[in-house]
Amino acid sequence: MSRLIPLPIVLPLIGAAVSIVVGRSRLAQRVISLSVLTANLVISILLLVEVDRHGTLATQAGGWEAPVGITLVADRLAAMLLTVGSVMLLAVLVYAIGQPGTERDHVGFQSVYLVLAAGVAGSFLTGDLFNLFVAFEMMLTASYVLLTLGGRRDQVRAGMTYIVISLLASALFITAVALLYAATGTVNMADLSGKIADLPPGMRSAFAVFLLMVFGIKAALFPLYFWLPDSYPTAPSPVVAVFAGLLTKVGVYAIIRTQTLLFPADSRPATLMLWLAGATMLVGILGAIAQGDVKRILSFNIVSHIGYMVMGLALFTVAGLAAAILYVVHHIVAKTTLFLNAGLIEHVGGSGRLHQLGGMVRTAPVVAVLFIVPALSLAGLPPLSGFIPKFALVDAGLASDQPGIVAVSLLVSLLTLFSLMKIWAGVFWNPADEAPELSPYETGRLGGPALMVLPTAVLTIVGLAIAAGVGPLYDLSARAAADLLDPSGYLEAVLG
Amino acid sequence: MSVTLAFTAAALFGIGTYLVLQHTLTRILIGIALVTHGANVLLMGAGRPGTPPLIGSGDPEDMADPLAQTLALTTIVISFGVSALLLAVAYRSWLLTHDDEVQDDIADRDIAARKEADKEVADEETWHDAVDLADPATEQQP
Repeated sequence: MSRLIPLPIVLPLIGAAVSIVVGRSRLAQRVISLSVLTANLVISILLLVEVDRHGTLATQAGGWEAPVGITLVADRLAAMLLTVGSVMLLAVLVYAIGQPGTERDHVGFQSVYLVLAAGVAGSFLTGDLFNLFVAFEMMLTASYVLLTLGGRRDQVRAGMTYIVISLLASALFITAVALLYAATGTVNMADLSGKIADLPPGMRSAFAVFLLMVFGIKAALFPLYFWLPDSYPTAPSPVVAVFAGLLTKVGVYAIIRTQTLLFPADSRPATLMLWLAGATMLVGILGAIAQGDVKRILSFNIVSHIGYMVMGLALFTVAGLAAAILYVVHHIVAKTTLFLNAGLIEHVGGSGRLHQLGGMVRTAPVVAVLFIVPALSLAGLPPLSGFIPKFALVDAGLASDQPGIVAVSLLVSLLTLFSLMKIWAGVFWNPADEAPELSPYETGRLGGPALMVLPTAVLTIVGLAIAAGVGPLYDLSARAAADLLDPSGYLEAVLG
Repeated sequence: MSVTLAFTAAALFGIGTYLVLQHTLTRILIGIALVTHGANVLLMGAGRPGTPPLIGSGDPEDMADPLAQTLALTTIVISFGVSALLLAVAYRSWLLTHDDEVQDDIADRDIAARKEADKEVADEETWHDAVDLADPATEQQP
């Protein structure tokens, strides 16, 4: 089974190359992308089942043994996120095919999208810090292209900020890798785990904070979040849906992986992370409330909810980590659905600004339903998929005797509901204050082209399925969390 | 790690940071490149120095650490590609604005209130126009 591990990285890259060769035919490109991502989904489900039954799998690319060779590892956390990510990438691809527009029709769109998929899979599966950097670069470079594909003035302005910030983060990442290599002589994460423990405590803490900062920029953690609400809203809806669903989550994944695997319990910056988590939640949600545009409210919401994931991690208990993992899974699905829905709103209403929209509960009832379900789920209302992870977080927080962060998280939940109800009231419920500058299109009964509505509906149903099957899913998260806090299985799989 | 390498890396980081904080786009780009170079020099310096690491050329104990060099080479290639992309975006920015200056960021709400916020919908309109033009049925109409 460990032969399957490289496939989620290799297949999309081959697909991207072939996609350029057949660039004359959009149809051929679409067929390639769809089949590659479907194959990825099947492989990641197989990996998840196998890893959950028999424990962590590892493979050494090129036959060079760890710690010298390129190690790829699939453990429960990586396989879970890979599976959810594949579902999402596939749904968004269908949406992008269905949405009319010149940017999605661009000759490079499909191949760049596949490179992004390869980068995301690489980040989840890699077993060494340097290849994590390479996978990040693959993913980010693809995201720079997707963000600025239209070449419009606002995209270039926002894209520039995004690229410069990401490049600085990458340079810092390389610096961290170089310093770690100088101190320990290895970049393999399993090998580092043993060798970092021998370093002086001060140096260990410095490395832990350094890596937290590097990945904090990618994950949009307070105070390094400012680039996100600035750049995301300018991208086309399917692109921003992928960014919102996956890119920041990859940053969170890197934080979880490095803080649990590399550093022993006494050098983890747990208190600092709790403060950062609280500040991220508050600042993000206050920013969201102040906005008057659908995509901007949702973008600030991402920042706020990164705080919940970091909060679960910062407790460093099985319960806290399990809640954080479940939260990541739920958030990937809910957030992607909401951004796809934002695209539908703009398609139906001809604008994304709240004061120009209104009354869509009557003109586009399907879109309204597809909005309210993930929105209430994001706010954490029972019985939807957001409730259990939030409840588990609160429970884990109280069990770890951290009532402060629990209070903040509950308050932010309420404010999340408020920010999403602002969209609900502005777009769906109330009449519009003024007419949009661009005329809306023939929307039909569904409220958009079928290929745009269908993936949104499918993801909404996936969200409901998460809510329905939350019991087994929580158990799986708890097993993944237990793996993270006791990495002996991981070390054995990699180092033998 | 030799003192010369350490000072080179420090100087590159320092000058790079200064340039990134400037207002001109070109300077920011050069600053980014310098910071990346600084990181690469640091990566080179992280390995053991010595003779060229070629099998059979000498005692393996005296050889330089090849892994650090491999890592540095990989980052150089990656930063080369990304710099090219960054320059392309910067050129696009110059074409659109004819201005190298990065403007002070105005409040988010002002950006959102601008017409540019609806460009995605406008792009859809462009696409429909293009499809109409390409469609021979509409061309035949007087």
